[in-house]
Amino acid sequence: MLDAASVGIVAPQTAHFDTPLTLKSGTVMPAHDLVYETYGKLNADRSNAILICHALSGNHHIAGRYSENDKRAGWWDNMVGPGKPIDTNRFFVIGLNNLGGCHGSTGPSSIDPASGKPYGARFPLVTVEDWVTSQARLADTLGIRQFAAVVGGSLGGMQALQWTIQYPERVRHALVIAAAPKLTAQNIAFNDVARQAILTDPDFYGGDYYAHDTTPKRGLRLARMLGHITYLSDDVMGSKFGRILRHGAFNYGYDVEFEIESYLRYQGDKFAESFDANTYLLMTKALDYFDPTHHHEHGDLSLALKPARAEFLVVSFTTDWRFSPERSKEIVKALLDNQRPVSYAEVTSSHGHDAFLMVEPYYHGLVRAYMDKVTV
Amino acid sequence: MSPSIRPEFALIADRIKSSSRVLDLGCGDGALLNHLQQHRQIRGYGVEISDDSVLACVQNGVNVIQTDLEAGLSAFESGSFDYVILSHTLQTMRNVDSIMAEMLRVGREGIVTFPNFGYWRHRMQVIAGRMPVSRSLPYQWFDTPNVHLCTLNDFEEFCSSRGIRIIERVVMTGRQTIGFAPNLLGSLAVYRFEKLG
Repeated sequence: MLDAASVGIVAPQTAHFDTPLTLKSGTVMPAHDLVYETYGKLNADRSNAILICHALSGNHHIAGRYSENDKRAGWWDNMVGPGKPIDTNRFFVIGLNNLGGCHGSTGPSSIDPASGKPYGARFPLVTVEDWVTSQARLADTLGIRQFAAVVGGSLGGMQALQWTIQYPERVRHALVIAAAPKLTAQNIAFNDVARQAILTDPDFYGGDYYAHDTTPKRGLRLARMLGHITYLSDDVMGSKFGRILRHGAFNYGYDVEFEIESYLRYQGDKFAESFDANTYLLMTKALDYFDPTHHHEHGDLSLALKPARAEFLVVSFTTDWRFSPERSKEIVKALLDNQRPVSYAEVTSSHGHDAFLMVEPYYHGLVRAYMDKVTV
Repeated sequence: MSPSIRPEFALIADRIKSSSRVLDLGCGDGALLNHLQQHRQIRGYGVEISDDSVLACVQNGVNVIQTDLEAGLSAFESGSFDYVILSHTLQTMRNVDSIMAEMLRVGREGIVTFPNFGYWRHRMQVIAGRMPVSRSLPYQWFDTPNVHLCTLNDFEEFCSSRGIRIIERVVMTGRQTIGFAPNLLGSLAVYRFEKLG
């Protein structure tokens, strides 16, 4: 069903890049593809472009549907569309699948022209900086010199933040949502358990499972189940599932008994069917590596954000314990130290980290109000 | 000067140097900051705790930080503002000492406004045996957010005992500035102050 506030039927496009891309790791990608979607119209002076960066498991399909019968809209359809908080009547919105992804951009499951086989283990690790570099090249090909705003939640928020440091003159506003300036040890620990689940799956074959006509589903499923726990709050799990039993009584066995088990296994299975394990590994490493203070003395975030010229909206959610409000406040403090224009909102929500994807009137009201003030 | 802003906002705006840096604590919908941005070209931030106010600030194009003032101003560096304003909020603060100290840590000059408990209408109601309710104290005793009401004399004594120098005092009732017997005839106090020495 299509509603009036939907961007409607959309189709992805592919941009091919022949210029070699030198990654942070030192590896050179001789050529690569980026798949992307756009919504709305680029205005005559190309001043109304918005880039939306995706999180760990996201992609370029932000809004709209692929056909009349498509049951699922893009992952941020509640935020992006005509009359929505990021209004496609005013803005030209771009979503892309990051380099290393598994939804059409060159990634570990793509065919390596050098060997004629999937890259697999040979695909280089990429960083948030690499993504931002490749996004800037995509902007170049679309004729966009400067974004009105770069927007992202979670890992996407890190990309928005990195944009303001890496290309200060190319971004007027940054919306950094449910993000952190860098991961904590606890966060890296969660990521590593997820990676270990994949790496130790007998079907992983050192990353070259494509050749064996299999995928490390068990590992990827476990990784997703673990991740999913950390994206929800104890509150929301309690209110949604509590200790509810599927069949009303204990079975004294290891099959699904509690509803939460059923839910998590279903989420894990669904994800393991559709996502590439190598991409999952690579995305979690990009998260772990991200640290704009890396090259600065004493890990000083204020120093790292000094080049930024953008104006900021920073949003956190009260029950988000994966990227807690405290982490967003670190970003805000560093921006205040640099006298950047910034607004910060702490949204009361029971939905944990996933809240950034949900419709919450205050949250959506803020984004709408902020975007209304973005001149084009 | 836009006629729609509150009279004490106009009074404060007259005292803010152009292009200065302003922090407005408990900034409400950001009306004062918005006014100062347009008429004084200031750079500023508001601080608010309520969702509605934060949203209104963003709608008004005012930078706002959502946080609880009671938790202090640790996000703000010492000496990073020319003025720190606390308007109609002092009397609601649990820890008056700490907010006054924080204001003078992050700013060179503090500006507070608060309802004068010593205003004659308030005194009359107390004499009549009731907690005062007035235009400047529009709450009943059971639903008031005000926990630290004071008179002009109280506030001035507080400042002198804390090494705070009062730069200027303006006392108002409605749009009228009160010169004579201000602690009796004034309903609203505006103070500018700084650290001694």
